[in-house]
Amino acid sequence: MSPHGETLTVPGTPTVVTDPGSGPAARSTSAGTTTRRRRARWAPYLFVGPAGLLFLAFSLVPIVIAVALSFQDTATLGDGAWVGADNYRTMLSDPLLRTALLNTLVFTVGTVPTAMAIGLALAVALNRPLPGRGLLRALFFVPMVAAGVVVGVIMSWIFNPDYGVANNALRAVGLDGLPWLTSPRTAMMTLVLVVVWTRIGFCMVIYLGALQSIPSELREAAAIDGASRWQRFRRLTVPMLAPTTSILLILNVVFSLQAFDVIYVMTGGGPGFSTTVLIQYVFRSAFGDARMGYAAALGLLLVLILLVFTLLRQRATKKAEELL
Amino acid sequence: MTATTLRPAPSTTPQPGRSPRARRSSRRRWLLTAGLTAVAILVVFPLYWMIVSALTPGGQSQSSEFYLWPDAPTTGNFTEVFATQPVWRWLGNSFLVATVGTALSVCVSLGAGYALAKYRFRGRGLLYALFLVTIMIPIQVTLVPAFLVVARLGLVDSPWAVILPTLFDVVGIFIARQFMLGVPDALIEAARLDGAGELRTFFRVVLPSCGPLVGVLVILGFMNRWNDFLWPLVVLQGNESLTVPVGLSTLTTNPAFSSPWGAVMAVATVAVVPLLVVFLVFQRTFVQGIASTGIK
Repeated sequence: MSPHGETLTVPGTPTVVTDPGSGPAARSTSAGTTTRRRRARWAPYLFVGPAGLLFLAFSLVPIVIAVALSFQDTATLGDGAWVGADNYRTMLSDPLLRTALLNTLVFTVGTVPTAMAIGLALAVALNRPLPGRGLLRALFFVPMVAAGVVVGVIMSWIFNPDYGVANNALRAVGLDGLPWLTSPRTAMMTLVLVVVWTRIGFCMVIYLGALQSIPSELREAAAIDGASRWQRFRRLTVPMLAPTTSILLILNVVFSLQAFDVIYVMTGGGPGFSTTVLIQYVFRSAFGDARMGYAAALGLLLVLILLVFTLLRQRATKKAEELL
Repeated sequence: MTATTLRPAPSTTPQPGRSPRARRSSRRRWLLTAGLTAVAILVVFPLYWMIVSALTPGGQSQSSEFYLWPDAPTTGNFTEVFATQPVWRWLGNSFLVATVGTALSVCVSLGAGYALAKYRFRGRGLLYALFLVTIMIPIQVTLVPAFLVVARLGLVDSPWAVILPTLFDVVGIFIARQFMLGVPDALIEAARLDGAGELRTFFRVVLPSCGPLVGVLVILGFMNRWNDFLWPLVVLQGNESLTVPVGLSTLTTNPAFSSPWGAVMAVATVAVVPLLVVFLVFQRTFVQGIASTGIK
């Protein structure tokens, strides 16, 4: 799943770019298969064994149970009646699911491009030799350290309509306070704002890493050819960052689809259903409405959406590699 | 890409000043810095406000007056919440879960990463593919079945209920594998020629070259466990056995406090400060770690 695969340089042979899955295989063709054969056959199983057992017990078994649950009608575990594809049929005519999907779309479209654009702007600015650059980078990154729950309680307090500092500040300059999380009209906007806040540091760091790998000769050459700052950004930096952008795009979409803690703490999906995104609806169906079977089916729908995005991302990164 | 992010970032040295053009660009540079500083203040403000609110007495925080620093800062919120809630226990539980969980999980990831990177064995491809698919599965989907497994093992409400299911860490295994692909085969072959066994090779030759990898795995593992919320919320039940984030979430609805927000912000501060310290000390490793989770 590495975006670029690995570049393996074997002395005396040309550079071989392989996909990660075939890394060691490609290497062994030149690095002596005879010694490899002498290695103990039990060794890899010993090393991977603990991970394998834990995977079996706490990932694979729960997933199999979840799939089984999705074909049952059950409030608790173990006494479910098999109902075939009923849960999946229910999804088709569930107005709440439609609301949840729409909210998920709004939330994702609200958070992803905003966080990426701000992250890119910060990265480009902080890639220049500026005074206090290291400190600034660290400050933009700090929100990443806070737990989702911590972010949730801090922001609930800041956006408290009666005593929160946001409204107190608005009133101090003579404006009306906003209802923020307490009105269905503004709750989603507030959540988007908060999640963007947690995300910009991450986007900035990834973009910074990519910017540093652009050879400075290229930019200098463009400057000598008389390209303006904006032209250099538009025609040089942006295309060079395309692979990073495509990875960040998919990653941010996946983050947004899985965003739970902040929403759970700040709104719990309300007011009404105005901030109930899909993952919130999965949780609510299982623990609020005690519809385990339906919740499992909804969960698998979410997995399907995530899987589609992962495949899209793999194709995007492959395309990007071909272009380079 | 992951391997690249694990290496220290090249530092761009400021270019020495040149012509009048350089002078003009220096003014622009200060303007840019000023703008960025303003944004940075805005970005850090919520955390600042958390600390300020933790130090603000109930009277002032329950008013619609605008202030940036309390008139009479007090540690009363801390004293009250520590006296009425088992915050020390929460901290202890969080610390136990985070350290034991991270230590064990790093071992599991290193072993798995080594096997997947440096051995060819039957089922390797399938196993790795299955591992990677789990990245896509949000915990909410397997929450109920995983709880069932933990309940069957009789672990509910014990720290092991939190530790065990999170020991398998796909992202950690992935990072470890990517890093170990970069360990030269020649090193391993040489050890073997010297007569070192499989385990000896791993512990004496491979591991010592994995310092940066272990740093990233430890910091990432600790942070994720310290901040984890939903799984501990489901498997921990008694107020005494909660971790800090779960305890924190119970406070917002607790009517026992004269100023609930002051108490909540005090515990939030206590929850963030340890990580903030780790971040400031190991900033580079921290940033690399988070960057490498991204570039899977």
